[in-house]
Amino acid sequence: MIEGEADERPVLEIAGLERAFGPNRVLKSVDLAVSAGEVLVLMGANGAGKSTLVKIIAGVLVPGAGRMTLAGRPYSPARPINAVAAGLSVVHQQINDAVAPDLSVAQNLLLDRLCSGRTGALYSPRRARREAEAIQSILGLSLPLDRAIGEIPLADRQLVAICRALAEEPKVLVLDEPTSSLSQREAERLFGIVEMLKARGVAILYITHRMSDIRRLADRIVTLRDGRITGEFRPPLDYEGAVTAMLGAPIQRDGEATRTGTRPVLSLKDIRLKSWSRPFSFTLDAGEVTAITGLVGTGKSRLAEVIFGLGRAASGEMRLTGKPYSPRDCGAAIEAGVFMAAKDRATSSIVPGFDIARNLSLPFLSHRSPAGFVDRADERQRARRTVADLSIVCQSETDDMATLSGGNQQKVVVGRWLAEASKLLILDEPFQGVDIKARGDIARRLRETAGDRATLVLVSEIDEALEVADRILVMSDHTIVGDHRTGPDFDLSRLLAEVAGEVGDAPLQSEHHLESAAG
Amino acid sequence: MTLAVRDLSIRYGFFVLLVALALFFYVAQPAFMSVRSLVFVFQSVAITAILALGVTGTLVVGGFDLSIGSVAASSMMAASYAMVIWGWGTTETVLLCIGFGLLAGLLNGLIIVYGRVPDLLATLGTMFLLLGLQLVPTAGRSIARGMTLPDGTTATGSFDPSFLALGRARLFDVLPVSVVVMLALAVAIFVFLEFTRWGRVMYAIGSNEQASRLAGAPVARYKIAAYMISGAFASIGGILLAARVGRGDVSSGNNLLLDAVAAALIGFAVLGAAKPNAFGTLIGALFVGMLLQGLTMMNAPYYTQDAVKGGVLVFALLFTFSLTRRAGR
Repeated sequence: MIEGEADERPVLEIAGLERAFGPNRVLKSVDLAVSAGEVLVLMGANGAGKSTLVKIIAGVLVPGAGRMTLAGRPYSPARPINAVAAGLSVVHQQINDAVAPDLSVAQNLLLDRLCSGRTGALYSPRRARREAEAIQSILGLSLPLDRAIGEIPLADRQLVAICRALAEEPKVLVLDEPTSSLSQREAERLFGIVEMLKARGVAILYITHRMSDIRRLADRIVTLRDGRITGEFRPPLDYEGAVTAMLGAPIQRDGEATRTGTRPVLSLKDIRLKSWSRPFSFTLDAGEVTAITGLVGTGKSRLAEVIFGLGRAASGEMRLTGKPYSPRDCGAAIEAGVFMAAKDRATSSIVPGFDIARNLSLPFLSHRSPAGFVDRADERQRARRTVADLSIVCQSETDDMATLSGGNQQKVVVGRWLAEASKLLILDEPFQGVDIKARGDIARRLRETAGDRATLVLVSEIDEALEVADRILVMSDHTIVGDHRTGPDFDLSRLLAEVAGEVGDAPLQSEHHLESAAG
Repeated sequence: MTLAVRDLSIRYGFFVLLVALALFFYVAQPAFMSVRSLVFVFQSVAITAILALGVTGTLVVGGFDLSIGSVAASSMMAASYAMVIWGWGTTETVLLCIGFGLLAGLLNGLIIVYGRVPDLLATLGTMFLLLGLQLVPTAGRSIARGMTLPDGTTATGSFDPSFLALGRARLFDVLPVSVVVMLALAVAIFVFLEFTRWGRVMYAIGSNEQASRLAGAPVARYKIAAYMISGAFASIGGILLAARVGRGDVSSGNNLLLDAVAAALIGFAVLGAAKPNAFGTLIGALFVGMLLQGLTMMNAPYYTQDAVKGGVLVFALLFTFSLTRRAGR
């Protein structure tokens, strides 16, 4: 009954799907089809519209336009429960949002039934156990049913979530970045389960940008970029082509020449970000902007945290202007002249309720007010300067942050750390949720001010790296696998191959980048 | 147009209400506006306001301190014990009480920051702990001059007149010392929160703790300091209470917590701040005091007081959280 189904009509079919949030069009006429017994991998960078698409499919969001059919019938779920009833289950990336941590494994397996009232008013532990056993037997698991789910490993929690989804006998299973927090071995077990489901004829939409998952599982790849489907790949799969389609063909920065650094500022030697990852070394020089690129989850932010004193590397040492450097917290890092504009400005940078001037001055209050009293006039004057330097669009420097657009908020976040001289400035995803104009302004200002400090920019999008950087390091699997200089000799296809994890079997140990640029 | 009206009503609505209420009482009872009556309003809210100003500090860092009432009560008992039983002088006693308040705040801060206990639960715990502990030294009895001690002897000490003056004397025959202390502390905490970098960072922590940490602020230290300020203010309230009552009364701190918290929360609504602030807290305390004084002068029965206070609090909170927040969008 299963064989041959993969070639028949698709189980889930999506045509002309649109969705906008205000003026921001997130999905632009998306077409997609998944067949029974097929693993369709959907790849997309941050902000490509993946999560909006998943939410629409799952019935969390309503599409602006477009048509969906499930098993031949029109499909327009108004709420998640309609999606489940129609035969489509989603396992979301955030597993902890999908389980009730204090309840037992058995109760979590039955959560849908308990919540929908199908179990009746009285709860019988024995019956619950029996039903839970039945559910976990779908995947042939033997989880500790009586343990609280918060006590079992994350990977097992995920299996509980998958089991729960399968208990409803879905025709389509959507897995949203399921391996993002799994170890290699746990991921391997998950792959086995996905293959088993595939053999049973479940249509699987697998969302990821992890190349190892894609290599292992994908029957077909579809790439999403800026809300559009930009590529469809059938066997034999062209992985590099898929990465290019996902990230877009990078445009080289025109005009200004690439600069080379003047003197070393920060050097990392034999750093291992995780105990299992390969060690790497590199040096950041004053006067140049270095970008580290690589897919999400490859350790870029972890590296930033290590340099900024928010975490420790598993091994290795750092030196800042020649002296050993191991900040105990971010206060110490700032004191040493290492600044960081963290990623995700809403949670980690912006203070709501503070105006622009107050948001700008936050890290430097102690320098500027030795007697304790904040000089408000001075604060506002400095803010006006930053507003002008970065062309921040606002009424005045006393505007509340909430009144600014995303791009202008980001300019404030970056401007905060440009206001005082630093030895090293780290910017983690500084172009996230930023429009093209603001992005240009930020990149320009970063390059204008880069003279005396080393600048490290972490971005997953390659064209962002090309726009701002003199030098691009490539990170894959928590280690550095490539070192490029932008300019005439820049080898884009090699960089793309490194991002896709196809080069870099030998860890990059080259101490100095100038050699690689010359050679 | 409507936007401007709403903006103005958010900003000054509370003051209009305050003035309207004062006028209403004045028309109904002209004696309400006499100096004597107004001083009485101030005096009746002085201790509550001091506690409220302290708890404002913890609200600013995004916390809460439920233990202020029992810190004040314990401080009162400690003052009485030190004077009546140990025969201590005024200065040592005051220092002892403030030290005790700082220590209680430190304990709260450590439990919350390093023990990771949610603020409400942690301070609820210390509230019960202190309520119980203050009864232990005297075996549950109030402390007064010449009282019989648990071991059968009679207490020899008494309240120093200079200590009692803290609660009873008036400057220029008008202004009670407790009101002067309240105003001084109000100005101090207002300046601290609004104009110093420490106050600024405390607001930043309350608004976005993660962002403050990433901007280099030692968040743990600030939070602990906020609870220590709260403890110290509460103990000062306790000292003034002991000086006013002139004995260590086991039950006289009962209403302090709720009144103080109400004042601080009503303060959110003043000037449309929608955040804890020292000025608002002071106005909130005065508002409640004025309301009660007015009602008392109009012969409203005393047992309606709590209902009135509760009603004002609910109204002010609705005002802050629905009206102001929506306007912020």
